[in-house]
Amino acid sequence: MLLRRLCAALSCMPAFAFADSLYTFQTPQSSIANRINDLHTWIMLIIVVIFVVVFGLMFYSIFKHRKSQGHAARNFHENTVVEVAWTIIPALILAVMAWPAAHLVLDQKDTRDPDVTIKATGYQWQWGYEYLDYGFGYRSHLATPRAQIENYKGDVAKDSQYLLEVDEPVVVPVGKRVRVMTTANDVIHSWYIPALGVKQDAIPGFIRDTWFTADHVGTYRGQCTELCGRDHGYMPIVVKVVSDADFKTWVAEQQKKAKAAQDDPNKKWTKDELIARGKTVFEANCAACHKSDGKGGGPFPALAGSKIATGPKDGHIHIVLTGKNAMPSWAGLSDTEIAAVISYERNSFGNHDGDFVLPAEVKAARK
Amino acid sequence: MTTATETLHPHDAAHDEHAGHGGGHHGAAHSGWRRWVYATNHKDIGTMYLWFAFSMFLLGGTFALCIRAELFQPGLQFWQPEFFNQLTTLHGVIMVFGAIMPAFTGLMNWQLPLMIGAPDMAFARMNNWSFWLLPPAALLLIISLFMPGGGPGAGWTFYPPLSVQLGPGMDFGIFAIHLMGLSSIMGSINIVTTILNMRAPGMTLLKMPLFAWTSLVTAYLLIAVAPVLAGAVTMLLTDRHFGTHFFNAAGGGDPILFQHVFWFFGHPEVYIMALPAFGVVSQILPTFSRKPLFGYVSMVYAVCAIAILSFMVWGHHMFAVGFPATAQLFYMFMTMLIAVPTGVKVFNWIATMWQGSMTFETPMLFAIGFLCLFTIGGFSGLVLSLAPVDIALHGTYYVVAHFHYVLVAGALFSLFGAAYYWLPKWTGHMYSEKMGKLHFWWSMISFNVTFFPMHFLGLAGMPRRIPDYALQFTTFNEIASIGAFFFGFAQILFLYNVIHTIRGGVGPAPAKPWDGAHTLEWEVDSPAPHHTWETPPDEALVRRGLIAQGLEH
Repeated sequence: MLLRRLCAALSCMPAFAFADSLYTFQTPQSSIANRINDLHTWIMLIIVVIFVVVFGLMFYSIFKHRKSQGHAARNFHENTVVEVAWTIIPALILAVMAWPAAHLVLDQKDTRDPDVTIKATGYQWQWGYEYLDYGFGYRSHLATPRAQIENYKGDVAKDSQYLLEVDEPVVVPVGKRVRVMTTANDVIHSWYIPALGVKQDAIPGFIRDTWFTADHVGTYRGQCTELCGRDHGYMPIVVKVVSDADFKTWVAEQQKKAKAAQDDPNKKWTKDELIARGKTVFEANCAACHKSDGKGGGPFPALAGSKIATGPKDGHIHIVLTGKNAMPSWAGLSDTEIAAVISYERNSFGNHDGDFVLPAEVKAARK
Repeated sequence: MTTATETLHPHDAAHDEHAGHGGGHHGAAHSGWRRWVYATNHKDIGTMYLWFAFSMFLLGGTFALCIRAELFQPGLQFWQPEFFNQLTTLHGVIMVFGAIMPAFTGLMNWQLPLMIGAPDMAFARMNNWSFWLLPPAALLLIISLFMPGGGPGAGWTFYPPLSVQLGPGMDFGIFAIHLMGLSSIMGSINIVTTILNMRAPGMTLLKMPLFAWTSLVTAYLLIAVAPVLAGAVTMLLTDRHFGTHFFNAAGGGDPILFQHVFWFFGHPEVYIMALPAFGVVSQILPTFSRKPLFGYVSMVYAVCAIAILSFMVWGHHMFAVGFPATAQLFYMFMTMLIAVPTGVKVFNWIATMWQGSMTFETPMLFAIGFLCLFTIGGFSGLVLSLAPVDIALHGTYYVVAHFHYVLVAGALFSLFGAAYYWLPKWTGHMYSEKMGKLHFWWSMISFNVTFFPMHFLGLAGMPRRIPDYALQFTTFNEIASIGAFFFGFAQILFLYNVIHTIRGGVGPAPAKPWDGAHTLEWEVDSPAPHHTWETPPDEALVRRGLIAQGLEH
């Protein structure tokens, strides 16, 4: 039985290194990812050889040197030459592994001279991207509908890119050096695209960076890889690699859109405008926990009829800005967004409180 | 039976009778529940540790099964995501601090005095405290689940700022860690003092059983790092409640500082769980190979080298935080270096079996199972030690697979091996070999079904600690979940076998049930009397054992 297990283990070892992506890395799409893949293959080859030797000796001994075979024990218990040899030889093997790895570390760490620089900010639970050279940015949310996720009762069919789709992907030009600077707004997140060979923690208060150059046009998907609270499993990262020309068109569009979407700080908001805007903010940020109908779930209380949503405005603004227990701080949203979502919450779910909050009030409360 | 044991046993019997009348000058002065609550006898305390550890193992295992049930298919089936995080956290904390560590402390309590010829642990009264701090700690962890916001859901590593954000359940987790750390430190002081001061005449440091060596080094590691962990969680506590900003960048702190402090504890902690396992296997393999342990001295050096290196490699848990290249390289080289002493140990174990006269009783099966699986875990560790590859695999299921191969197959399998090895000594009865072997094969197969596919999940990019996953990960997750349930039920078999053995097993056990065993614990009766080695073992007796172990000529 042990032998059969050994054979099974041996037969899937090479698959580790060579076969399709079911058993190894996703097909590499950048020079760094390619080199990681090659390094891994190289190491696995060495490991397979050591595995065969070590397990071969062990199982030979297990089958031949057993009492039931009438084998008598020999009483040796040390041999300086052998012991020195199996200290030094593994050390030399390690050197053969360390050399290419060290080169790759140095190249991974070299983020100089980028063509495009993108700042990725982790939020609970979405990603914010800023194209620093082009002066625009946006948020990227999970696009999989909640109905597909919450499978407590029945089966809703899942999309082929279930949990790996976002409303606004990162767009980068093919063949260009892209530098990704990561930071976070609340807790530590990690920006990870397996096919491109990049992973970099996003740390609040600090900026780190990494880089990649995508080899082919296409869409590459990854997920946050640092436990960041409730919706850790629901903050995918999608990178769309496009041609240079397409990238330029896209940038121009985004710049135009950004200008149009900017909230005019002098705009006089009416109650209805705020409530309408607040509904979209709520769906994007709050509905995951408090549910679209405001009924709440788990540790997240219902907003419908809650003391906060029907009580004084100040308390409501305060809790959105600072968070409480499992609820994170939402201070990363703009004044207008916070004012809008509070106005929405106070006038929906049967709360019909009647009052609403202006962006200026949020601004004042931040101090 | 030797003359030495013959002179010894009448004494023991006399003493037992004496103790039975409630007049022992120490230990066994109480009966009923008082015997356990006031216990100062190393055997009683060892027993309590082992039962505590096993019940925590079942609890932590139940959490693991809750995790695997949720992960059986994509979509949320059973739990809310925040409860899933609490499950993973408590599974980790309970298995590390509640199951594996106390189980080894229990083994050390039971076996060290017997193996080195000491009458008891050095600080018998403190030993009582070391144990009785654990149940309240476990209770705190369980209560935390019922706090507003639930239990600590930040992972067993408690990284801030997430752990600063969570509700009062987190504080319960912190206090539980404080208590368990105190318990570990006291236990370690006891172990160090016992080993250094109470060895039998003629047993120098380089002649004591390897299990004593690994216990000694483990205890030193714990004394060095348990206060570091206590410091880290205390800083967390003051950040949470008293306005400090150790880990808050907005106040001048650094979230990564916590990771440095945590892993300065956390990496040696890995060896705190692995070294005693090395010791156990180094006792079992020679016994059932009927040959002395190969390369005793290089084994001792390897243990010490691993312990020292373990303090220099914590950064390999943090390759993704964005170290400068020099730090990345330093930690990579140091981490790779650990493969050398670890390799020496594996080669020595194989050389111990080589040209032996092996039999395959359950302890031997578990020891060989340990050797096979720990080696695979070592290989995946080597893969992870390479910083560029680690960048691709950090935070994915590959890591989960790796550390379960070294901790379940490493620490847990060796614990099962130890339990079967010493059960006759503890209970005075032989366990059922048939059931033991069934337990081994069932565990061995289901363990691999559970954790081997996780390598593939990690390579393909599935993050760990997610309650729900993308569709391409479905098949391997299904296989892993099925394996996990089989693995879980296998442990009920172990429980049954142990109870069966306590109730008489398949018959009474002789003082020395294994013909290849030569350490001192096999010189006392089975079951080991309540008081043993009240007069130190005779020098000739010790010497004869050492010669049989190849430690003296």
